[in-house]
Amino acid sequence: MSSMTEPPKQSFRLSQLIYDTRYRSMTIQVIAAILIALGFAWLLNNTIQNLEALGKDFRFGFLNNQAGYDINQRLIDYNSQSTHLRAAIVGMLNTLLVAVLGCITATILGVFAGVLRLSKNWVVSNLMAIYVEGFRNVPLLLWIILIFAVMTESMPQPRDFRGDEPVASMALGDSVAVTNRGIYIPRLGFENSLGASGAEHQAAVDAAVADGTEVPPPPSSWADWLVLAGVLGASIFAARVVTKRADVTQQATGIRPTTWYIRLGLIVIPTAIALFALGATIVQPYLKGFNFTEGVHLRNSLIALWFALSLYTGAFIAEIVRAGIMAVSKGQSEAAFALGMRPNWTMNLIILPQAMRVIIPPLISQYLNLTKNSSLAIAVGYMDVRATLGGITINQTGRELEGMLLMALFYLVLSLLISGAMNVYNASTKLEER
Amino acid sequence: MSDLHAHSTSYVRQSMLPETDPPTAETGVIKWLRENLFSSWLNAVLTFISLYVLYLVVSAILPWLLNSVWNAGSLSECREILAARGLTGHDGACFGVIKDRWHQLMFGFYPPELYWRPILSFIIFLLAVMPVLFQSIPRQTLILTALSPFVLVWLIWGGSLWLPLLIALGFVLGFVAYRMLEGVNGILASLGAIIVPILFWFYALGPLAETLSSIIPLEIRSIKSSDIGGFFLAIIIGVAGIVLSLPLGILLALGRQSDLFILSKFSVIFIEVIRGVPLIVWLLTASLLLNYFLPPGTNFDLTLRVIIMVTLFSSAYIAEVVRGGLAALPKGQYEAGDALGLDYTKSMRLIVLPQALKISIPGIVNSFIGLFKDTTLVLFIGLLDPIGFTNAIRASTDWNGVYWELFLFVGVVFFIFCFSMGRYSLYLEKKLQREHR
Repeated sequence: MSSMTEPPKQSFRLSQLIYDTRYRSMTIQVIAAILIALGFAWLLNNTIQNLEALGKDFRFGFLNNQAGYDINQRLIDYNSQSTHLRAAIVGMLNTLLVAVLGCITATILGVFAGVLRLSKNWVVSNLMAIYVEGFRNVPLLLWIILIFAVMTESMPQPRDFRGDEPVASMALGDSVAVTNRGIYIPRLGFENSLGASGAEHQAAVDAAVADGTEVPPPPSSWADWLVLAGVLGASIFAARVVTKRADVTQQATGIRPTTWYIRLGLIVIPTAIALFALGATIVQPYLKGFNFTEGVHLRNSLIALWFALSLYTGAFIAEIVRAGIMAVSKGQSEAAFALGMRPNWTMNLIILPQAMRVIIPPLISQYLNLTKNSSLAIAVGYMDVRATLGGITINQTGRELEGMLLMALFYLVLSLLISGAMNVYNASTKLEER
Repeated sequence: MSDLHAHSTSYVRQSMLPETDPPTAETGVIKWLRENLFSSWLNAVLTFISLYVLYLVVSAILPWLLNSVWNAGSLSECREILAARGLTGHDGACFGVIKDRWHQLMFGFYPPELYWRPILSFIIFLLAVMPVLFQSIPRQTLILTALSPFVLVWLIWGGSLWLPLLIALGFVLGFVAYRMLEGVNGILASLGAIIVPILFWFYALGPLAETLSSIIPLEIRSIKSSDIGGFFLAIIIGVAGIVLSLPLGILLALGRQSDLFILSKFSVIFIEVIRGVPLIVWLLTASLLLNYFLPPGTNFDLTLRVIIMVTLFSSAYIAEVVRGGLAALPKGQYEAGDALGLDYTKSMRLIVLPQALKISIPGIVNSFIGLFKDTTLVLFIGLLDPIGFTNAIRASTDWNGVYWELFLFVGVVFFIFCFSMGRYSLYLEKKLQREHR
């Protein structure tokens, strides 16, 4: 039976490779594959020849050599005796630091500006329009260099804070010093610091008391911050559980128990206890010698990069937020009002969940842009991964190929991770349609 | 009934009242103020806060602008002029720096006696884009537009006119080959259109150019790329990147959407790798690493390398925008193309792409704006763009310490370019709007 329905067997002709649509796509793909492979082979061959001509090899062993240069801003221990690998990691952490700081402030700025641009208030909405258009249409590099120039050239020098009638004074009750070397802000110190630093501090305090000299300020270690973050995380989790249970009660009985004070207590009290147990004190910066000491020193490079990235990306986020809110049709809020919902419920339960679906994907790609734009650190000498691995390390070792490859990989992995997270979010909030 | 009613009562007024003005709260300025500025207490607070901010900014900037000094050769001279007026150095802007360094900011180190060439090329460029931007101009002028890049390259870099002309001839030859082979087979024709010009450029171009220029030397003074700088450089890189990246981006988007496995995977990898790494890294690759990837001994112009890198970078972004447009098009449009019996090229060219590109106009223009702003990054590989020159000027002894004036100027010029691009995209969107609203 089956032999009856089978089409008559034709002998395969070569022209079918071009004319027959069944084979044509195959032909094109094979040709494309050959061309791509040839192209790569050509590049590879050139690279091998060039490396040979220069007497270089392709190895990553240089990463274990001593770096021999200093990095002025480091989140982990590093000195000039450390390896190039460690220098690269310090740079990566600096990139991540400015990216995270920038994302947070850019989001706050952008949400504010986006919502205010939709305001019915003529002055406010136009001011926000000026902000958005002004920052979107001028290169980010210009903002970075401008802020850096303003910080370094027009801010007072540390010595201006000296004397009985100083030219400059510290802001916010003698806690923040804005100088041309950067901004000094107070930091949190822990009298009962965990780990080695706590014992060292205790010994130093005892010695100081015995000698009658000045007592050194309390230190802070990673362990302290980890403990604090753990306590805070656990309390937030507990508060969430309370909210969930309130939801369940509401579903069952229709009455929502009042839980805000329980949640507030759950978050505040354990954190306060942890802070007290660690002996947290605020350490203020003060003038010592020619410069400020103690506190946290935010360098001009960080400030310029952070502020410029936030302002610039904030303008883009403002447009995204505005578009997202406008994308929710008016019928939705009218329907909510018709159901008798209050305005704040309408915002929280009807408009925001729908606007978020539109806002989040482009928002995350803005975060991605911000992270990549942080490589403009090169303009102000901020020590990010481009400056350590892609800059000084390359110059010292002459390993351009390896260094650039690693740096590109770092950025690539970072952006693939972020866009992967975005895809997961998109899949989870996708509208279920036909 | 009705006449009786009219006689018996005067319940209904019989004369019209004279017209009165609407209540003052409901008209004119007061209504506008009430509705737009003081509709609620929160709004009123916002109004006052923003007016105060506005006052602070204007009161700081306006006197500074009004007291500006335009004729000064150095910052100290400018400060002296201000001091003579009884002002401190911070009370007036020293725009003298822009006047003093105007030529550098505009043209870089282009020979001063040849400034007519960049100016003429800019005018030609403006004339050439007009037919592309505005549909009302006769379509035949597009041929001149297609010729203009070759003339512009010749005008800017100088040298023999024969070289750009012969390169243009290569394109013409490709077109002729396509037309001749079209009757035989579509794929063969496309292959011919690619291979014939490449063969021509590789084997016939050099000797032909030599012989022709020895017969009729159409030569003007050639200019080194490193002499080109300032806004001129930014515009060259920006325009070249924009013109070249759009077709490449569309091809990449089509590749990514296609059913051909190898092509689509190649496009995906290309797009993601390019987009995942910052432009600075690509520019540094162009300046540091490109020599590794090319045959030993090749060394070509840094500006050209930058243009290639910027084009590749921007085309990956445009590809994603166009892909969005392709995906947003209803499936029925693709099926309609198939149902009409159009082949892939025709259905893309006549049905899918016109609509998909229309949807993606805002995104495409946004990437163009991004590209134009990103041309400033070339300063990190040693090209002197406007920001590079501001750094150089601020480092010079004459103008050490000046920053607001320069950055304001550069920022305003960039703003004008980018903002007008954005406005043009809005105009285009409105003009191409086909749905009824």
